Amino acid sequence: MVWLVALHFLAAGVAPALVKALDRRAFWILALAPGASFAYLLPRALDVTASGEPVHERVTWIEPIGLHLDFTLGPFAAILALLVTGIGALVLVYCSWYFRPRDPEIWRFAGVLTGFAGAMLGLVLSDNVFILYTFWELTTVLSFLLIGHNPDRRANRRAALSALIVTTFGGLAMLMGLVILAVESGTPLLSEIVASPPPLEGIVIAGVMLILVGALSKSALVPFHFWLPGAMAAPTPVSAYLHAAAMVKAGVFLVAVMAPDFADVPGWRPLLVALGIVTMLIGGLRALRQYDIKLLLAYGTVSQLGFLVALAGTGTRSAAFAALSLLVAHALFKSALFLVVGIIDRSVGTRDLRELSGMRKARPLLFVTSLVAAASMAGIPPLFGFTAKEAAFAAYLDLGADLGWNTLAARLALAGIVLGSILTMAYSARFVWGAFADKPGVEPCHPRAFALGFSLVPAFITVFTVVGGFVGGWLTPRVATYGEAFAEGAHEPVLTLWHGFTPALWLSILTAVTGLALFFGRHPVAAAQHAIVDRLPMPDADRSYHALMRGVDRLAVEVTGRTQRGSLPFYLGVILVTLIIVPGFALVRAWETPQVSEIRLADNYLQMAAGLLMIVAAVLVVRSRRRLRAVLLLGVTGYGTAILFVAHGAPDLALTQVLVETFLLVTFVLVLRRLPPFFSDRPFTVMRWLRISIGVLVGVFVSAVALLATNARTATPISEGWEEPAYTYGGGKNIVNVTLVDIRAWDTLGELSVLVVAATGIASLIFLITDRSTRSLSRPHRVTTPDSNQWLAANLHDARRSIVFEIVTRLIFHTVIVFSIYLMLSGHNSPGGGFAGGLIAGLALMIRYLAGGREELDNAAPVDAGMVLGIGLALAALSGIVPTLLGGGVLQSAIVDIPIPLLGELHLVTSVFFDVGVYLVVVGLAIDVLRSLGSGIDAQAQDEAEEQEEEVVPA
Amino acid sequence: MSPNLILVIVVGVMVGSGVTLVLERSLTRILIGFVLIGNGLNVLFLVASGPAGRAPLIGIGEGRMSDPLPQAMALTAIVITLGVTAFGLALAYRAYQLTGTDDVQDDLEDDFIRRRAERDEVSTTFDEALPDEAMPDEDYLDNDDTLDVGVAADAETSVGEENRR
Repeated sequence: MVWLVALHFLAAGVAPALVKALDRRAFWILALAPGASFAYLLPRALDVTASGEPVHERVTWIEPIGLHLDFTLGPFAAILALLVTGIGALVLVYCSWYFRPRDPEIWRFAGVLTGFAGAMLGLVLSDNVFILYTFWELTTVLSFLLIGHNPDRRANRRAALSALIVTTFGGLAMLMGLVILAVESGTPLLSEIVASPPPLEGIVIAGVMLILVGALSKSALVPFHFWLPGAMAAPTPVSAYLHAAAMVKAGVFLVAVMAPDFADVPGWRPLLVALGIVTMLIGGLRALRQYDIKLLLAYGTVSQLGFLVALAGTGTRSAAFAALSLLVAHALFKSALFLVVGIIDRSVGTRDLRELSGMRKARPLLFVTSLVAAASMAGIPPLFGFTAKEAAFAAYLDLGADLGWNTLAARLALAGIVLGSILTMAYSARFVWGAFADKPGVEPCHPRAFALGFSLVPAFITVFTVVGGFVGGWLTPRVATYGEAFAEGAHEPVLTLWHGFTPALWLSILTAVTGLALFFGRHPVAAAQHAIVDRLPMPDADRSYHALMRGVDRLAVEVTGRTQRGSLPFYLGVILVTLIIVPGFALVRAWETPQVSEIRLADNYLQMAAGLLMIVAAVLVVRSRRRLRAVLLLGVTGYGTAILFVAHGAPDLALTQVLVETFLLVTFVLVLRRLPPFFSDRPFTVMRWLRISIGVLVGVFVSAVALLATNARTATPISEGWEEPAYTYGGGKNIVNVTLVDIRAWDTLGELSVLVVAATGIASLIFLITDRSTRSLSRPHRVTTPDSNQWLAANLHDARRSIVFEIVTRLIFHTVIVFSIYLMLSGHNSPGGGFAGGLIAGLALMIRYLAGGREELDNAAPVDAGMVLGIGLALAALSGIVPTLLGGGVLQSAIVDIPIPLLGELHLVTSVFFDVGVYLVVVGLAIDVLRSLGSGIDAQAQDEAEEQEEEVVPA
Repeated sequence: MSPNLILVIVVGVMVGSGVTLVLERSLTRILIGFVLIGNGLNVLFLVASGPAGRAPLIGIGEGRMSDPLPQAMALTAIVITLGVTAFGLALAYRAYQLTGTDDVQDDLEDDFIRRRAERDEVSTTFDEALPDEAMPDEDYLDNDDTLDVGVAADAETSVGEENRR
């Protein structure tokens, strides 16, 4: 069964390509997915409904949390699955005529509708509540896309959105309920929950009620009913499928599956029966007032869904039997009617029953189809709808006997469904009259011709409506299998055209006659509705929903407007003050328990000296008003940090810190040459003192954390004893480097990604093409020097040349590059590694740039920085993946000794490839920084200078 | 473990100075503050990692080895600081190029929302329903007769479309 669902998604995936190739004929191929599923499910469904033994299937998925793709074909699900696949296939076939040839939108529609069919099948079949929820929300999202198929109209967008919000709201409530139920039962499997339900008390009741919220919202019951008429914005095949046969039945399905065990939950029966009947009446009354025949059907569906939920929620054997029968009957007649509406709409161009006239003569086949389907809806013999409705009446006549309800409640419920059925009769008649009758004073319509197959689809479905009425004897045992989960009732339910003169028959006659009377007296009835129903003090659900959404939006605007002031210093200030107050409070509390054992002033004199220097420099940075001075003082603190690293015994850190600081210093200067020399003056001294006091407080806070946290540390460091494995497994003597490329290589891989993103961001910011800067990043190319005696290509910038610098650069460049590679390779055993090596290579390139300008940089590194970054990241990632292909873990390294003639043995640790990746990424970053903040800014400065010259010349 | 006082003070002063600068409006100052905070926190790693010792290289030197794990973490942090600072510099330069100053401006969009809140309005994306608006409609038949009988009509419509072009 899993494969059936997968087949749908596969078909949905290829749908766009199919539509491109075959246009709307692609629907025939897509219809094969639900069609094949129907053929596969039919014999199994017959087995299940005959034997009552559900078929289980499991595909193991996530073992540790016990989440598997569990599918079950139970007696109720089997019949619903047949409807979903069967009608799904027919609707897809119908689509091939419904849409225009070469409609540019149907590639998307075809994919979404096929995917929806798969999600719906998955929902019906899934046994695991979490898988069920996933499919449930998938149908919600896909139906949103289908309702919003034509998003040009605002009303359509709003309809799609309200359907999404209402059903998602219900879905979330349901998820909570499902989690409660799964936890309380100790299993997420619906079949096992139903087999041994948890005790019906306390939290379980809350869980069940939450699930009902989801079911009611999906099945459009009061007070959630308003989304369904809005959903008529969807193309008519969607309405026929989603809003008649499939999705809206999901709520009924859930109620039906849970009813055998949970109908006894306090509040279940009153809630479902009452809401169901109210929905049935409201839907029926509304349907009588519609002029749009599609909306008429939509309100009719609301009404029938109310009926179905009331029956499914009653929890007696005969009501359950009636619910399932009526569900099938409803799917058959309502989908056929929607499809007829689609044909009328497409061939006449209107759905307004005041404009439709003469269609009976023009389209006799459609008329007969509609007449039969609508008669089934109204419950006229000898059709399926009649037998199902008789069963419902019979079930409610025995309500008192089956449930022990008092006479008043039972009679009230019966009266409710009879009244609802009378309304159904009336709007059924209104539909047939509205769509097909000759209306005096209205120009007869002249529908356009269309393919015969178009109208054969609803006719074909209606055949089953007729057959279903006559084969009640064959259907009864199969439908009754589901009802066997309930206690035996006062009568055994049966589907038959003739029971004898039972009370149910009299009720049917009463329904038909009164309903017809309501239809014929439609003008006074409409006036009465206007006079009475409109005056009832009932809140309008649609309007309440809208008011609620407006309230949420207003609240969001108020909260955003009050909290989001748009000032970066303000935001940072709030965050930092929170840091001082909240964790600071905890810190002060913790301070009261004295635990500071001993504080040593310093480990050695080097720390003292460097520390004092840094403190002075840091304070001076804050005071300086010159940009360059601030940056140079910043460099002092950076080199000071490096000295602290040396004093601490961290040579790798010290090396990297010195290199980074140098690189950063030059980069700062490269940018600062274009910025004004002084910071802009800000006279607000109060703000200045505020900033300083926040800074001081945060500094004190961090110091206190450092003191307290260090004292609180009692556990053995995790790195204790890394020496041994670092050498035997990591193959290196430099533990820090082994940590970077092996033990914590995941971290490093993440860091490389950050570097690649930052480098790309820098290049994009500088070479962004706008009206102000028109320079784009051209491919670097070699610049040949006209005078071959020149050391470097620097002859292009005569004014800024320095012969000594040029010569030194020329002399040391290659040596430095070789050294950087050596440092990278030897880093595994001594200070160095990919980061240090890459930074040294970057500095070598920087020297070339400084000595000879941007042409010289291109000569030194005639490569695209993005390429270097990409190769580096790919190499690092590959060195992570390759070991897994060889059967090891991700990023696992191996030690290989390769004998090399003359030189001896090469002791190769495979993590060196990772380090080469690190090296390349850092070099790439350096090239990007130099080319953007160096060459790029040079070029822009040159452009501006030339522009100014041009402006000066004519003047 | 006992803390090292001079390092603790260095951390406090560096972070404090950095925070003061970060609260400024000039992007250059913010970046300088950012680097200061970064360096300060790297020193915090040293404080937390215990007393100084010999370099974590196997087989070199005698005595207690300094903890290698915080060093590896700090090393990553140093290089990340380089990348992010360079990115920030590019941003500052860009801001200067576009606005003539590298100061961070207040967000106009936020100001706009604040004004909406003061006027008690809904957000711009909210879809206000009009009382007498038409019901949603699939609105499929807005143009010419395209419902066809079969292949022949297909060809005909395509010819028609070409003529129109």
